[in-house]
Amino acid sequence: MANQKLLVSSHAPYWHNGSGLSERSYNIMIAALPAVIMGIFQYGPPALGVVALSISSAMIWELIMNLLMKRQVSIGDGNAALIGLLMAMLLPATTPWWTVILGTFLAVVVGKQIYGGIGCNPLNPTLVAIAMIFLSWKGLLDFDEALVNYDLGFYMVHPLAGLKYFGVSTVSNYSLGQLLMGQYAGAIGATFGLGLIAGGVYLILRNTIRWEIPVSFLAGVFVTALLFDVSDPEKYAGPLFHLLTGYTLMGAFFLATEDSSSPVNFIPMLIYGACAGFLTVLIRNIGSFVDGTVFAILLMNVASPLIDKIRPKALGRGIKNA
Amino acid sequence: MIKKPFFGLGKPKLRYAGISDLDGKQIRDLPLPARITLLHRSAGGPQDDPIVYPGEEVRTGQKLALYETGEEYLFSTATGTISGIADAQGYAGQSFLSITIDLKPKDRWDTELEKGVKDTSLEKLLPFISHLPGISDSCFHIGRDHPLKTVIINGLDQDLLVATNQLMVRDNADNLAQGVDFLKELTGAESVVFAVPPYLKSEAEKSGAQVRVIEPLYPNASPRLLVNEILNRPVPPWEDFKDLGVGLISPEGVLALRSAAMEGKVPVTKVITVIDKDYGLTPVRARIGTPVGDILQSLNINLSQGDRLVSGGPMQGRGIYSEDTPVLHDTDAIMVQDKSRMIAPGSDPCINCGECVRACPSRIPVNMLIRLLENGLYEEAAQEYDLLSCVECGLCSYVCVMRIPIFHYIMLGKHELALTGGQEE
Repeated sequence: MANQKLLVSSHAPYWHNGSGLSERSYNIMIAALPAVIMGIFQYGPPALGVVALSISSAMIWELIMNLLMKRQVSIGDGNAALIGLLMAMLLPATTPWWTVILGTFLAVVVGKQIYGGIGCNPLNPTLVAIAMIFLSWKGLLDFDEALVNYDLGFYMVHPLAGLKYFGVSTVSNYSLGQLLMGQYAGAIGATFGLGLIAGGVYLILRNTIRWEIPVSFLAGVFVTALLFDVSDPEKYAGPLFHLLTGYTLMGAFFLATEDSSSPVNFIPMLIYGACAGFLTVLIRNIGSFVDGTVFAILLMNVASPLIDKIRPKALGRGIKNA
Repeated sequence: MIKKPFFGLGKPKLRYAGISDLDGKQIRDLPLPARITLLHRSAGGPQDDPIVYPGEEVRTGQKLALYETGEEYLFSTATGTISGIADAQGYAGQSFLSITIDLKPKDRWDTELEKGVKDTSLEKLLPFISHLPGISDSCFHIGRDHPLKTVIINGLDQDLLVATNQLMVRDNADNLAQGVDFLKELTGAESVVFAVPPYLKSEAEKSGAQVRVIEPLYPNASPRLLVNEILNRPVPPWEDFKDLGVGLISPEGVLALRSAAMEGKVPVTKVITVIDKDYGLTPVRARIGTPVGDILQSLNINLSQGDRLVSGGPMQGRGIYSEDTPVLHDTDAIMVQDKSRMIAPGSDPCINCGECVRACPSRIPVNMLIRLLENGLYEEAAQEYDLLSCVECGLCSYVCVMRIPIFHYIMLGKHELALTGGQEE
C-alpha cells in the first residue's frame, strides 16, 4: 500500500461521443457558407465588409461581456461568431457599419448575455437584433432602398416587397431558377435558395439541427400559402414563391432551429415549426410587414417552453403504483 | 471510444460487445493471489464490533458469522489467515466491512454445505444465494415471503465491452440446462425466460428455458428495460423486482446455484472481462476477493499515475480509487482507461439541444431535469421531471454536447432523495 498510484476517478460514463459546442457552431457556419459566399460574390466587397465586421464585433461583444461578468472567456465556442454570421446574412450589403455593430450588440448582449449566456436565451439572439433594428430604422432593412445603387443584371426588386406593393403580377418577374440561385435583391445570405437548402440538408444529416423543425416550418409555409392562393389567386402568391423568398429558408434551417429557444420533444417541434410557418405567411399576406419570418419565429420562441410541456410519459408514469 | 458518426440521424446506436470481440480468446484462469479482501455491505446503522478476529484461520467456502446478533455472514472464498479487519466505504457512501485474508497455497474446503448435498431445499441454500457470483441482491431475491413468478436469465451483458454473461452462455450449455431445471425446482417459478443476443439463440435453447432474443443494442439489457420487454409492462425504478415476483439472474448465477446444490461447493471464482487501454477484451476467471492490481499484473496491463480504473464497463462502471480494491461476486468487468483517452466534463450550462431527450430510454425530459438538478431542487426534479424513472444507462452524459456530467447529477439527486426519505411519488 506504500507506493499507491494516484488514479483519476469520476462518475460513469467514461465514454463520450465526442460532440462539442465548438464543433456544433462551426458545423452550422460551414453549412451557411455557400449562401454567404454567393452573397459576397453578388454584392462584392461591401457584403464581405458587413460579414467580417458582424462576426468580429459579435465576438468582441461576447469577450467584453465575459470580462465584465467575470466569467470564463467563451468566444472559443464559436457561438458568438455564429450569431454574427447569421446576423450578417440577414442584412443588406450596404448596411452602415454602426448598424452592424449595434446589431451584434443587441444580439450578443441583449439577446443572449443578459439572460445568462448560452443556453439561457429565451429568444433567438440574431432575430432579437434584427427585429429591433427593423422596428427602429425601417429603411435599413428595406432591400429596395438599401440596394438602390446596385444593378446586377436581374430584376432588382425584393420579391416580397414587390408582392406587397405591386400585387401578384410581380411573381411573373421571377423564374423558379432565379429564386433558387438568389437572382433578386435581398439580404447577403438569405437569397441563395439552393445553397441554403444544401446547408440545411447537411445540418440535418449531421444531426446538428433537428429535422422536425425545418420540415414542419416549410410545410407550414407551404400549406398556409397554398390555402391563401387557392382562396384568391388574384390576391395571393403561390406557395413556392413564399418558400423561396424573403427569410423563409434562412428561418427554416438556421433561425428557427436555434437550440435554446426551440422545443426538443417530437410533437412540440412539429407544432413549433408549423405554427412559425403559418404565422410567417399570415404576416406576409395580411399583416403590414413585408416579411413575417422574424416575428413569426420570435413569437414561437416565446411559446416554446409552453409547447414543450407536451411530452411522452416517462417510464412507469401513468401506471398505477402497486 | 465510439465516436458520433459523421452522418447520423437520431439516437446513438451502441452495440454490446459480442463474443466476436474477444478475438477467440478463452477464459484465462488466474493464479491464486497472496491475499484477498472480502467486503461485506453493512446493513446500515451502528453495528456491534465484529466477532471475527485477525489470526483466525478460515477455509474455502466457510461461513463466517460477522456479528453477535443478526444474520450477517460472509463466505471465505479461500483458505488462509485473517490478517486485517477494517471499515471501508464504497459507491455513494455505502459502508463495508472489509476482511483481508493472507492465503495459504492450498485450498482446504469447508464441508458444511457438502454434507447437505442432495438436500436442495430453499432453506438450506438461502444463506448462500446472495453471495454467489453473478447474483445481485436487488435483482434476484427469493424467500418464502416473496415467491418468484418469473425468472429471467440475462444472457446479455449490462454494459458495453463486457462479454462475461455471453461467454457463460456459450461455454456452459449442458450445465445451464441442469441449472435451469434446478432453478425451476428451487423457486417454483412459472416461467424461466432466457434473454440472449441473436447469435447465442441455439445455445440458450438447449437449456430448456423459454428463449427471448434481444437486439444487442445498448441499453436493451439494462435490468428494468429487459423486464419491461419480457413482461410487456414497464418496471419503474420505484418498484422492486421482488414485489413483482420477478427475479433477474445472470447465467453465471445459474451455474453457481447448480454447483452449490449438486456439488456442495459454493463457487469462489468470478469470470471477469478485463478491458485494457486499447479497449481489447480478455476474459479471466479470478478468485473472488482478488485485488484488481493483481489481475492487471497477470495480464501485463500497465497502470500508471493519472489513469482511470473502473469496476464495470464504460457506461455504468464505478470508479476505483486503489489497486487493492477486490473483485466482488458481482464484478462483471474491470476497465483501465489511459489518461489520454479521458474526456473531462464541461462546466457550461445546457444549451437545450435535446440530444439527451432523444437518447433517453426512459423518455425523461433530461434537458429540464438537469436544470433542476444543477440547482439542487431534487424533490421538484422527482415530481415534475421524472428523476426517479431513470434506469441509469448513462446515455445522456454520453451524448451531451456540453459534456455535462448528467448521469452524476442524476445519481446524486437520487441519493439525496433517498437520504431525505423522499422516495415517494
